[in-house]
Amino acid sequence: MSDSKYRFSPAPSRVGWMLNRRQVLLGGAATVGLVGASGLLAACGDDDDDTSGGGGGGAASGTLTFGSNYSDEKPKAAMAAAIGAFPNKDVTVNINTVDHNSYQENITTYLQQPDDVMCWFAGYRMRFFAAKGLVGDISDVWADFTTLSEGFKTASTGDDGKQYFVPFYYYPWAVHYRKSLFEEKGYKVPATLDELNALAEQMKGDGITPFAFGNDGKWPAMGTFDMINMRTNGYDFHVSLMAGKEDWTSDQVKQVFATWTDLLPYFQTGGNGRTWQEAANALGDKSAGMYLLGTFVTSNFDPSKDPTAQEIIDDIDFFAYPAINPEHGQDAVEAPIDGFMMAKSPKNEAAAKELLGFLGTADAQEAYLKVDPSSVAAASDADTSGYSPLQKKSAELVGKAKFISQFLDRDTNPEFASNVMGPALADFITDPSKIDTILTSVEEQKKAIFG
Amino acid sequence: MATPTSTVPPSAAAPPAAAGKRRRLSQISGRDRLILVVMVSIPLLLHLLLVWVPAIATVVLSFTEWDGLSSVSDIAFIGLKNYWEVFTVFDNRFFPAVFNNLFLLVFLFFGPTALGILFAYLLDKNIRGTRFYQSVYYFPVVLSLAVVGIIWKSVIYSPSQGLVNTVLGRTAEGNQIDWIGDQEKVFSFPLPGLDFDLGLSKNFAAILVAMAWRHAGYIMVLYLAGLKSVDPSLREAASIDGCSEWQTFRRVVFPTMKPINVVVLVITVIEALRAYDIVAALNTPQGMELMSILVTNNLVGEGGGNVGRGSAYGTILLVMCIGFIIWYLINNYRQEP
Repeated sequence: MSDSKYRFSPAPSRVGWMLNRRQVLLGGAATVGLVGASGLLAACGDDDDDTSGGGGGGAASGTLTFGSNYSDEKPKAAMAAAIGAFPNKDVTVNINTVDHNSYQENITTYLQQPDDVMCWFAGYRMRFFAAKGLVGDISDVWADFTTLSEGFKTASTGDDGKQYFVPFYYYPWAVHYRKSLFEEKGYKVPATLDELNALAEQMKGDGITPFAFGNDGKWPAMGTFDMINMRTNGYDFHVSLMAGKEDWTSDQVKQVFATWTDLLPYFQTGGNGRTWQEAANALGDKSAGMYLLGTFVTSNFDPSKDPTAQEIIDDIDFFAYPAINPEHGQDAVEAPIDGFMMAKSPKNEAAAKELLGFLGTADAQEAYLKVDPSSVAAASDADTSGYSPLQKKSAELVGKAKFISQFLDRDTNPEFASNVMGPALADFITDPSKIDTILTSVEEQKKAIFG
Repeated sequence: MATPTSTVPPSAAAPPAAAGKRRRLSQISGRDRLILVVMVSIPLLLHLLLVWVPAIATVVLSFTEWDGLSSVSDIAFIGLKNYWEVFTVFDNRFFPAVFNNLFLLVFLFFGPTALGILFAYLLDKNIRGTRFYQSVYYFPVVLSLAVVGIIWKSVIYSPSQGLVNTVLGRTAEGNQIDWIGDQEKVFSFPLPGLDFDLGLSKNFAAILVAMAWRHAGYIMVLYLAGLKSVDPSLREAASIDGCSEWQTFRRVVFPTMKPINVVVLVITVIEALRAYDIVAALNTPQGMELMSILVTNNLVGEGGGNVGRGSAYGTILLVMCIGFIIWYLINNYRQEP
């Protein structure tokens, strides 16, 4: 489970949906089954008769190295299952697992001598390495993908228009609420900013804090900024702003903060010192009405510790952030994606591309989800029968999105995100009237960092 | 810190004692000399290698631009640009950090250090349950500051479940006090050339209390050990001469405690300037900027990779430390001719 010690928003592989008991048992059983199976896989590699379609013609052969940051027990077993389902048995895949945090901290060193295929995130953190020529172009692999939406393709594309990334799974950000509270008070899911304001006002009148908010770690507020920005100025502006190409003192950015300033009185006060878990508790006990966060919000409620938690989890639903500018509507959704990249010059390129082609399909993702069912597969034809209602809804939300953004701290230079934007947004929340001074200094610091 | 200084007086006093340098040296046999050379040079080399080489490298790197990843030949010298950026572009992070470090120093000195000395003085009187009090006050010292931070954040300062808000009856939504997050200023003052006010933010003030909780115990133990070694006849003499309690302490005990006073002062300065773990453990809330946090944020992890600017912050911190060291050395030499 994710805790609050990270300086960045949690990776999809670190957080998931809190599962109901049945799923946990299923996953556990599969893990146990796999421990035995993976020994066999390592030994002979052809003991698996589950070759149901997928990947390709099986032209490649030889050995392939696979760098994995799926270091926790269950994800590790799940990844082994996904790789084990690779239909081309002429290729031996050696999985090289590294602790999740060390992998992330040392990625730049690792890329000097990488494995053929490696795990990483979509967004700027991928584009940055692509632009430096540290990872391989896999556009031809993408030509064969039919079940990945346009949004995933955009999220996998580098600055030069070529693809460098294969998405695996994700979690979306959305506004969470309690269904029972909305029913009881007769609230309606807002579709526009005006409706959102009206709803917030109504909740306030009922003695409910409209928005739960905790900004400990300084990344949660970035989600609110991203949503208001993309609804106001669109996805393209978001990308260009994150790439350091737009002026932070521009009217577009000021408009975002003006909208936010109007909404701020509806937020839980003192958000800077509150963890997202504490804010989630406010949603749980219905003292707050709505909460914009990743769908991992449900993982705060643990049925094994609190008997009422399952009831809360089943009662939580979400809606896409309301439209602000009709031109952009609700066309963008924020959904950090985990996936894979290929080394710049892999030792076995044919096998690497074949494996990447396979990992982008439902077969690989289902094999993974069978063991670790807490995520949502990227492929649109993946079997959703094991999903919770919230997972199904996530798949729908992301599947129909025109644009998928990756969250501010994944869509921009990490130094800019953690050393400039985090503190700036915290300053804004403390005193929104200082926004002009704050943005002037953000612009200066952006210039110093992006050079 | 204290060790090199305690060796200074003997070497300074050595020349008058030895009548002739040559004769004194000749008393040392060849083998002894070899052992001496080895025993001095190994620590010296280690010291140079582990302390001064990195320190000087930091100073050199502070004049360069480098991402810390590409090859060493990519390091580009850019003159004072990093310092210029620190003082002008990143001024809203830098000056609050310097202010916090200096405020911490002043606070530790007049707050918990003074309190620790008071505790030690009272416990030295062998009051009833003195051992119990000693254990209680010393207990926080065995915890690392990072742990202290986490304890205070989750147990004492948590807005909805914390001890303080519960006692004050302010755990209700909308009525809570956000101890760790509230970066509003307790007091502030403008500084010419800055477009923001410098001051002590409420959350840093709150965390000062947590640091004091630990620091007071630390100083108490040091001082108590020192007080035990004060000759009791001095106090007797003072009381026979009709000194009040305060006069005895101020005129007799305190001056005889000089070596301990120096250690306490040095420890307080070091603690204030190296403060890092407690704030880092709390996720560096806004308002708690410290120099060491700025250094690591620029150097380490995914957000790092800015070796030049990180080194510039490090160099400024080094200068601040050296300032205190020089002031201390000068004082020490002057008083012991």
